[in-house]
Amino acid sequence: MAEAGAALLKVKDLHAWYGESHILHGVDFEVHQGQVVTLLGRNGAGKTTTLRAIIGLLRRREGSILCEGAETIRLPSNRIARLGLAYCPEERGIFASLNVRENLLLPPVVKPGGMTEEEVHRLFPQLQARAASQGTKLSGGEQQMLAIARILRTGARLLLLDEPTEGLAPVIVRQIGTIIRTLKQRGFTILLVEQNFHFAATVSDCHYVVEHGHIIDRIDNRELAANRSKLEAYLGV
Amino acid sequence: MFELLGVPPQALFGQLLLGLINGAFYAILSLGLAVIFGLLNVINFAHGAQYMMGAFATWMLLQYFGVPYWGALVAAPVLVGIFGMLLERLFLSRLYHLDHLYGLLLTFGLALIIEGLFRQQFGSSGLPYTNPIPGGANLGFMFLPYYRAWVVAFSLFVCFGTWFLIEKTKLGSYLRAATEKRDLVQAFGVNVPRMITLTYGFGVGLAALAGVLAAPIYTVNPLMGSNLIIVVFAVVVIGGMGSILGAILTGFGLGIVEGFTKVFYPEASNTVIFILMAIVLMIRPAGLFGTQR
Repeated sequence: MAEAGAALLKVKDLHAWYGESHILHGVDFEVHQGQVVTLLGRNGAGKTTTLRAIIGLLRRREGSILCEGAETIRLPSNRIARLGLAYCPEERGIFASLNVRENLLLPPVVKPGGMTEEEVHRLFPQLQARAASQGTKLSGGEQQMLAIARILRTGARLLLLDEPTEGLAPVIVRQIGTIIRTLKQRGFTILLVEQNFHFAATVSDCHYVVEHGHIIDRIDNRELAANRSKLEAYLGV
Repeated sequence: MFELLGVPPQALFGQLLLGLINGAFYAILSLGLAVIFGLLNVINFAHGAQYMMGAFATWMLLQYFGVPYWGALVAAPVLVGIFGMLLERLFLSRLYHLDHLYGLLLTFGLALIIEGLFRQQFGSSGLPYTNPIPGGANLGFMFLPYYRAWVVAFSLFVCFGTWFLIEKTKLGSYLRAATEKRDLVQAFGVNVPRMITLTYGFGVGLAALAGVLAAPIYTVNPLMGSNLIIVVFAVVVIGGMGSILGAILTGFGLGIVEGFTKVFYPEASNTVIFILMAIVLMIRPAGLFGTQR
């Protein structure tokens, strides 16, 4: 199991605020090289806030976030991205004033070894056909593909994906599952935020359960079946 | 030759040319304002003062350092642009998390201080600047001064160059993206604060460039900017914020409208732009090319 690999991301006692409201109250977890790790939890538990804190999008954060051993808690988001992290936001963040190709090529290359444009197109053939369309004219599923595709070129090895399946048709969700497994095979490390644990179970190595700004449990994917009732209670399903 | 509604062609084309010249200044200035507002969310009320500084820099470069017009065409926008970047780093950058009203008030105050200092130093009667391309051509239907032809042609080049830079290049795609979602662009690894400083410098440089072009046409005067900027803001309201091409087309278009008004109904020539502004505000509050934000 990939557990043996080095911790690529180590979050310790992470606190974060949106303005005056204290959202994260000491989050601790690790993501190891080559793993797919899920943050599961109900709406408003602090999953998205955790991702946004890791990439540096929150003004006020405290605690420690080590990325390949480097402390990032005081760095601005552009410096954090340069360490090899890439972020795919929940609302997808496709730019209306850019066409599909411009959206795809927007994130700068931060490290060598990213995919070439052809490799990205082989993984997402539908994006090539729509290269000249306005980014926001794509369907929801295509926009999600574009949001993932554009961070694969950058050389970042740790991908932060915020609810990539939200609001998408089952056939697209299966496609995204295939893509995440392909990315894992190619050696990407992925931190995934999900509400849909049925989907998470098909791609992840382990799951952390977030509630009220804390991690309350860690469940290995192999033990998911045994812990199913516990997990359902956590998520209120 | 022919007459149109009793107006001799010399007068008609003469005013058309004058309209194009004014339109060129409106276009360059509203373009700078649009670029700054797009990324910084700041309504740059110091734009008129920065235009005036461009004209003064041109005059000073010649007077004190012997740098001719063609050198000033490059040096003045660069110098004034650097001054703009200092203002952005020292003052404006502290206001981005506040409402745009604060940026407007700050830049308005800066404009008053800058204009006051220039008036203190140089008086307000104006300083002459020699036309670098004297003479003109008689086209039969009108007399075309070479310098004015140069201003129109060069302004078109600058406007469409800027449009190309923003709409068609990689650098421009960063600017457009950051205008939409600044935080996300920064989270991709782009140094957005530095980009904001450079963008403000570029917008201010455009204002100064208009000032260089204006120096040989109008007298170089500390208040030349505050007279023009009110009209330019009306142009921006008509064109709408958020469209580069819109700023250019509206600038030239309104210059021409103003020129023709001088021919056909001179009494309205000073107010026609404001009347159009009122009409546009009633029908399309976001402006002809603008988007609601």
